[in-house]
Amino acid sequence: MAEQYRADVLVSCLHGRSPELIPALEEELKQRGLETEIKVVDAGCRGFCSMGPVLLIQPDGIFYVNVQPADVPELVEETLVKGRVVKKLTYREPATRKRIPHYQDIPFYGKQMRVVLRHCGLINPQSIEEYIAVGGYQALGKAFGTMTPEEVIAEVKKSRLRGRGGAGFSTGRKWESARKAEGEIKYVLANGDEGDPNCFMDRALMEADPHSILEGMIIGAYAMGAHQGFVYIPFEHTLSVKNMRTAIEAAREYGLLGEDILGSGFDFDLELRLGAHSFVGGESTALMHAIEGRVSEPRPKHVHTTDKGLWDRPSCLNNVKTWSIVPEIINRGADWFAGIGTENSTGTQVFSLAGKVNNVGLAEVPMGITVRELVFDVGGGVPKNREFKAIQIGGPSGGCLPASLLDMPMDYETLAEAGSMMGTGGVIVIDDHTCVVDVARYFLNFLKDQSCGKCSSCREGIRRMLEILTRITEGKGEMADLETLETLGRVVKSVSLCGLGKTAANPVLSTLRYFRDEYEAHILDQTCPAGVCKALIEYYIIADKCTGCGVCLPKCPQNAISGEKKELHVIDPELCIECGVCRDVCKFDAVGVR
Amino acid sequence: MPKIKSLEELQKLRQQLQGDIKARAETSTTITVGMGTCGIAAGAREVMHAILAELEARGIDAHVTTVGCIGMCSREPLVDIQQGDEPRVTYGNITPDMVPRMIEEHLIQGNAVEEWVVGRVAG
Repeated sequence: MAEQYRADVLVSCLHGRSPELIPALEEELKQRGLETEIKVVDAGCRGFCSMGPVLLIQPDGIFYVNVQPADVPELVEETLVKGRVVKKLTYREPATRKRIPHYQDIPFYGKQMRVVLRHCGLINPQSIEEYIAVGGYQALGKAFGTMTPEEVIAEVKKSRLRGRGGAGFSTGRKWESARKAEGEIKYVLANGDEGDPNCFMDRALMEADPHSILEGMIIGAYAMGAHQGFVYIPFEHTLSVKNMRTAIEAAREYGLLGEDILGSGFDFDLELRLGAHSFVGGESTALMHAIEGRVSEPRPKHVHTTDKGLWDRPSCLNNVKTWSIVPEIINRGADWFAGIGTENSTGTQVFSLAGKVNNVGLAEVPMGITVRELVFDVGGGVPKNREFKAIQIGGPSGGCLPASLLDMPMDYETLAEAGSMMGTGGVIVIDDHTCVVDVARYFLNFLKDQSCGKCSSCREGIRRMLEILTRITEGKGEMADLETLETLGRVVKSVSLCGLGKTAANPVLSTLRYFRDEYEAHILDQTCPAGVCKALIEYYIIADKCTGCGVCLPKCPQNAISGEKKELHVIDPELCIECGVCRDVCKFDAVGVR
Repeated sequence: MPKIKSLEELQKLRQQLQGDIKARAETSTTITVGMGTCGIAAGAREVMHAILAELEARGIDAHVTTVGCIGMCSREPLVDIQQGDEPRVTYGNITPDMVPRMIEEHLIQGNAVEEWVVGRVAG
């Protein structure tokens, strides 16, 4: 009989301070003789990054944020012994400043629908036992026991699940092609090479719920007739590697990988393959090249990888999130899944919220949610009550959408029509203090480094666009540049081989489409409306707002500000390097940009 | 660990393992022990241990939680039992040796031990 605990303390944010938190909690419980009553669980990511480290205390559902080791004694005494909430550790909603003690009442979580992240932060990822206890591997048993491989594929097709890696291709159709492909040896592959600079949902999933990925892969292998699989992870994601490895070993010990799984007669095994982290490395053919031990460069795909993939054998590569959804579709049925989201984009999508948004973190919501709901309801709006200007969706090769599209539903087709893309769900919120030309320049600079260089359109095209953008941000742009950018963008888009080149122009083309006036302001008026591009701006003190408090004086790294106490201060434009520190520290909004 | 050879074995294992995450699972029964200073002084910790042991021995699926002082310090240790939408039943002056009968009659047979009940609060 398993040990029975009356309460579980689920500790998240392993990348934060919780390595210290867990021993501190265990020590405190031991000192009070509570270690047999209360269990501390090293749980994975809860997705609420801006609030970490977070604790969830069950069964009461009490949720604590920003917990430090110094808070542990009070927390144990008050909550775990006396059953009282420690108010100062509860979440405070930014808008209302109200304290919310219970997990399910927090808007960030309340508005979410967690399918991919269903176990994240709720079970110990290193324990196959906990995964089995919450119903893990039941879908596998159901598939083996009651479904033929064709029926599994039919079910996945019926759910209209689309690949969560970014391209959004029908998973069922991919599986069907792999099943029908000729060849005795076939492979299933999981793509854990997440490359977008602000995305971390794949990593969070591998860290927090590795068995859901394995279960999906075993079901997929059964459906497609594969007996060997590989999980590809960048070696830099050390915790993902560790937890996936532990999971594979545990599954082998329990006989869930290997020969004659669950007495079905079906054999399947999995191996990890570690690669070096790169953006293009997640492209399907580049990834297969990497597993083969070759340079991770894409190849043309007129022959599909489902016919000739890894070692020229039929291979089915899906994103780790896609694999993790599969057990839920088998368990709860295709109709349940298809009932979530929109007609053509079914199910949920995990968005990683970053940039100028209050609730930075991972949010899983039904497909078709509007930009407004995502940014303001789930994301908690823009900090400091600044104005929402745009949202960059789909990572570095996505597009920038303006405030006028706030009520647009987010699904694969609508986003593509608007000049952006779903991608893996990376979202960067941009406020009125952010310059979109500078944002486009930033992303192209990233893509320039990530392009593998195989296609000249991508290799050279991105560089030329970057040069032009840099020139514009320096105030040296011409109106003809805008046309050149558009032409270049269209060429890079249409003649590049892989997804990187095909989408690389999106940040430029979408900002040109929606924020042309901002480009024109840089070129014609020689100003940066957002006050970002250093060559075009000057900081000054607004005379009737400055109280002469002196806060900005010591903060200026150039000693460019002068002024007596309680008298108007002045910035010396000769010394000023436009770093913006004075503007950030001023409590009276007395620092202006022109 | 032994290999799982069939779906039945997997389901059996799942049932065994569910105890590990009991505190995280849904349950219709919650037993609340008053654990303010007054409760602890009157022996609430021992009562809670007795409850945990009894639940484990009988394999009963229930959450055990603690609360602060409710204001009826003279009747501590106080133990509340809430089942589904039914009114919450509060027992007073509970000692560890009273726990088996309370669990047996209230949770198994479905009859509150009326002579120990100090009150009911609608759920």
